[in-house]
Amino acid sequence: MALATRTDRRPSRARTLWDSSVGKKTVMAVSGLIMLLYLVVHMIGNLKIYFGAGEFNHYAHWLRTVGEPFMHYEWTLWLVRIVLVVAVVAHATSAYQLSRRDLRARPVKYAHRRGRSSYATRTMRWGGVILGLFIVWHLLDLTTGTVHPGFQEGHPYQNVVGTFSTWYGDLIYIVAMLALGLHVRHGFWSAAQTLGAGSRTRDRALKATANILALLLTAGFIAVPVGVMTGVVS
Amino acid sequence: MRLTLRVWRQRAADTDGALSTYEVDDISPDMSFLEMLDVLNERLILEGEDPVAFDHDCREGICGACSLVINGEAHGPERTTTCQLHMRSFRDGDTIDVEPWRAAAFPVVKDLVVDRSAFDRIIQAGGYVSVPTGAAPEAHATPVPKADADFAFEHAECIGCGACVAACPNGAAMLFTSAKVNHLAVLPQGAPERETRVLDMVAQMDAEGFGGCTLAGECATACPKGIPLVSITGMNKEWLRATRRAGKR
Amino acid sequence: MNPYPNYTTGAPARDTRAPAGPIAERWDTRRFEAKLVNPANRRKHTVIVVGTGLAGGSAGATLAEQGYHVVQFCYQDSPRRAHSIAAQGGINAAKNYRNDGDSVHRLFYDTVKGGDFRARESNVHRLAQISVEIIDQCVAQGVPFAREYGGLLDTRSFGGVQVSRTFYARGQTGQQLLLGAYQALSRQIAAGNVEMHPRTEMLDLIVIDGRARGIVARDLITGRVSTYFADAVVLASGGYGNVFYLSTNAMNSNATAVWRAHRRGAHFANPCFTQIHPTCIPRTGDHQSKLTLMSESLRNDGRIWVPRAKGDTRPAHEIPEDERDYYLERIYPSFGNLVPRDIASRAAKNVCDEGRGVGPGGQGVYLDFADAIGRLGRGAVEAKYGNLFDMYQRITDEDPYRVPMRIYPAVHYTMGGLWVDYDLQTTVPGLFAVGEANFSDHGANRLGASALMQGLADGYFVLPATINDYLARNPHQEAVTDRHPAVAEVLAETEDRLNLLLAVDGDRTPDSFHRELGALMWEFCGMARTESGLREALERIPRIRDEFWRRIKVPGTGEEFNQSLEKANRVVDYLELAELMCLDALHRAESCGGHFREESQTPDGEAARRDEEFGYAAAWEFTGTGTPPVLHKEDLVFEYVHPTQRSYA
Repeated sequence: MALATRTDRRPSRARTLWDSSVGKKTVMAVSGLIMLLYLVVHMIGNLKIYFGAGEFNHYAHWLRTVGEPFMHYEWTLWLVRIVLVVAVVAHATSAYQLSRRDLRARPVKYAHRRGRSSYATRTMRWGGVILGLFIVWHLLDLTTGTVHPGFQEGHPYQNVVGTFSTWYGDLIYIVAMLALGLHVRHGFWSAAQTLGAGSRTRDRALKATANILALLLTAGFIAVPVGVMTGVVS
Repeated sequence: MRLTLRVWRQRAADTDGALSTYEVDDISPDMSFLEMLDVLNERLILEGEDPVAFDHDCREGICGACSLVINGEAHGPERTTTCQLHMRSFRDGDTIDVEPWRAAAFPVVKDLVVDRSAFDRIIQAGGYVSVPTGAAPEAHATPVPKADADFAFEHAECIGCGACVAACPNGAAMLFTSAKVNHLAVLPQGAPERETRVLDMVAQMDAEGFGGCTLAGECATACPKGIPLVSITGMNKEWLRATRRAGKR
Repeated sequence: MNPYPNYTTGAPARDTRAPAGPIAERWDTRRFEAKLVNPANRRKHTVIVVGTGLAGGSAGATLAEQGYHVVQFCYQDSPRRAHSIAAQGGINAAKNYRNDGDSVHRLFYDTVKGGDFRARESNVHRLAQISVEIIDQCVAQGVPFAREYGGLLDTRSFGGVQVSRTFYARGQTGQQLLLGAYQALSRQIAAGNVEMHPRTEMLDLIVIDGRARGIVARDLITGRVSTYFADAVVLASGGYGNVFYLSTNAMNSNATAVWRAHRRGAHFANPCFTQIHPTCIPRTGDHQSKLTLMSESLRNDGRIWVPRAKGDTRPAHEIPEDERDYYLERIYPSFGNLVPRDIASRAAKNVCDEGRGVGPGGQGVYLDFADAIGRLGRGAVEAKYGNLFDMYQRITDEDPYRVPMRIYPAVHYTMGGLWVDYDLQTTVPGLFAVGEANFSDHGANRLGASALMQGLADGYFVLPATINDYLARNPHQEAVTDRHPAVAEVLAETEDRLNLLLAVDGDRTPDSFHRELGALMWEFCGMARTESGLREALERIPRIRDEFWRRIKVPGTGEEFNQSLEKANRVVDYLELAELMCLDALHRAESCGGHFREESQTPDGEAARRDEEFGYAAAWEFTGTGTPPVLHKEDLVFEYVHPTQRSYA
């Protein structure tokens, strides 16, 4: 006698993705990789600061005119911003929901504590929170200028130098970039696993790529405050 | 050997528990960890105390019943099951902490015994090939490349002990679930149900209240059968593949 | 006629119901003659299955597929943990993929001969026939058998045969087969066709109007004792090797289900047929709780030896080649290290008794892989046996790649069990026994890799075909409730027994009695048995039993998770079963297979059967604890394989 053991009615793909812990990890991986790509571009752009105010400000202006005449002024930039906001929100929401699930799944701690997994793994959550706060500060500081005392619209070079001429600006930025490095180091490799791109043979290459990416991003971003602090950029 | 044990004692699922301290003497380094607990229990019975409850059965590392967190590590310091852990791994005078698996999906039944039926329900959700008895084709009708058969075997070795969940900082059952998913996904016999299997098993895993994976890697380190972390990657890939395909139909 | 006062001989055993005619057609005949239950009516029938090993798991899954309502039990926390999981070496099947002369008839012949002509031909032939279907079924379930580079299944050789017919999955064949059955069972649990009760142990059988109608079982977590009713009961509860305390069985494997069924009227056949496995890791001390098997497959490549000289305490590598005695190769040149288990075990005992044993206490022989490593390379040996070598090293702290393994025989399997007919039905109508729980198929000695075959044959193929017939012939059994006087009586008896265990409050633990009984059984009913020894055991066992009921101490209550109570209750049954084992061993004044009576041996020390007097299976009927049982003989007729003195020389 044939016995049906399964129902074939299934929720939609989006529903499956969002309801599942594996799906949410996928959302985190994809949004993380989008942000990572953006950061690489952002970091390279930042380094133009070493070529002086003219070049840097020109580059900043160009960002607003990319795609013209097809795109109107700032359209491309807004498009990127929208994608980034969606990515950040998706990343953070998934992270928040997954973390809550994880904490619920392990309500009782072992009396005998010990730690073994890497610093990056254990600090993903706090690192993520630090980066989230940093992004808020960063936008208020250099995009809207809300918390920047000497903010000048349309003069990014001067604004950047202004921020990094304060000790707290340097401190916040450097701490955040170190957190970013750790976050990317585990996050990139982790995203590869989540998206099923890892394998026994590829593992070393992936870990190396993650380390290099983390190192380059951290070094590249920190180069800016260091330049200001050392007076190379002024 | 003389040892001090700090053992989690909890009378029943709905009562509070605490660590109790016991001294055991005359322990031979050739004893297994469970035989050491047997010695303690024989004494406790004669003293009129409740012996320490713990799950155990085959005592040769294959049934997956034994389940102790020893000094914070699932199955103790060696990469094996608790029943195959021998006292020569400890030193005379050591203090050893013995706790049950900790996870919301594995509630404590008594002392060191937990309820792992969530694992059974994950398998019931799809960890099988639907082939009624007698309906099988000749075994040699479908050759299976040796590499695939070996890959399947390495994942099928999982003993369902739950050390992966116990070790995971998130109480996740990803390694357990992925072992069965990978075992059946690579074989031609498992192909017809490949998509539904992974979707249903992962959904059940979530429904049981296991945590998510942060790829901390603790599970693979604790696994007595050496199921690798990349097994989880393989399941993620299967899941994404299934989700893509499910959407097409 | 009866030389011993402690049993009486009754009528011959009940008809085996094996069909007549050519042996190769009997199974087809039986299946055709069996009445069937209409598929629509099957769900109205409830079948209880006790145990979830290879036999129980496969039976539960298959009966549920057929549409029966299955209620299944296991004492473990999950059906996946039944002790079949520990079987290492492999599963036999007459596939003849090697083209090495194998056939159904040869597997049948090897099994009857390997069992030293104490098995029922009809059953064994059916087993050989079904063996090929088992492999197909398991492969289709996704069991990852070892394969060759061409993608086809690999096989290896096992003891007692000269063909390569053993399919395997590294050293974990039992695990893989069991997980296959567990998965099939899980599918039926999910579909609602099997009601699974893990952590629930059967404590008694309910027989109403002469038919098995249910069981009494205890929920091991809450301690609640409840009744479950059905139209038929299937026992798949495994063997009783744990009577010996130290064995390769799981710690909680027990004889309660079969013993309680025996007490309720099921005859117990050949209880003295126990298998001592030759390759186990020797014990290290009194603390030892169980013995660990090293798969028989190791004898494919390992060579067994002891020093030629007595009391040679040099380490193995210091003993030159010409001072080593590869005694199996010497005594049995054509089978060499691959002689059947009973012969290998006894040979090991003999060399150790001569004072040539190795290791602590001289209780061990070497199993040496130096030649194999030299010939095949370490990698090849690791690929075949890696997990076994690791296990050995873990337990002994010695590296078998460098020094030879030390092995010694240990209790492993019990060929005896509940007497069943061709349909696997016991003498209690409606009560069936499958797998190691029954006595069928293996005679006085089981060949390696045949237990997995039998368990799965019984569960997947035989029982599902024969139980139909019983249910079809008994379609309308009246409903039973706890109020039925017979049920109330069984329930009360069970509760009284548990309460008494808790009430004695003596000064000895359940384990201490179990150890005492085990040591006694190993000494007097182990590898070699004598009349005087067995008589002594029969005198001492009742005394231990009396002492047990005076001095047992079980802490806690019955209304909670209480492992001491579980253990004590199992020991109660061991203490009764042990007596029957010794009586059976005493009455069978011949040597055959695993049963070796020192009085009955050939001049060169081999087992001497006495076919005219003992060419039967002994089915014992229970009459009361400590009162003489009744012996019913099932005469064994050999039409196809004629009994000869087994020769593996």
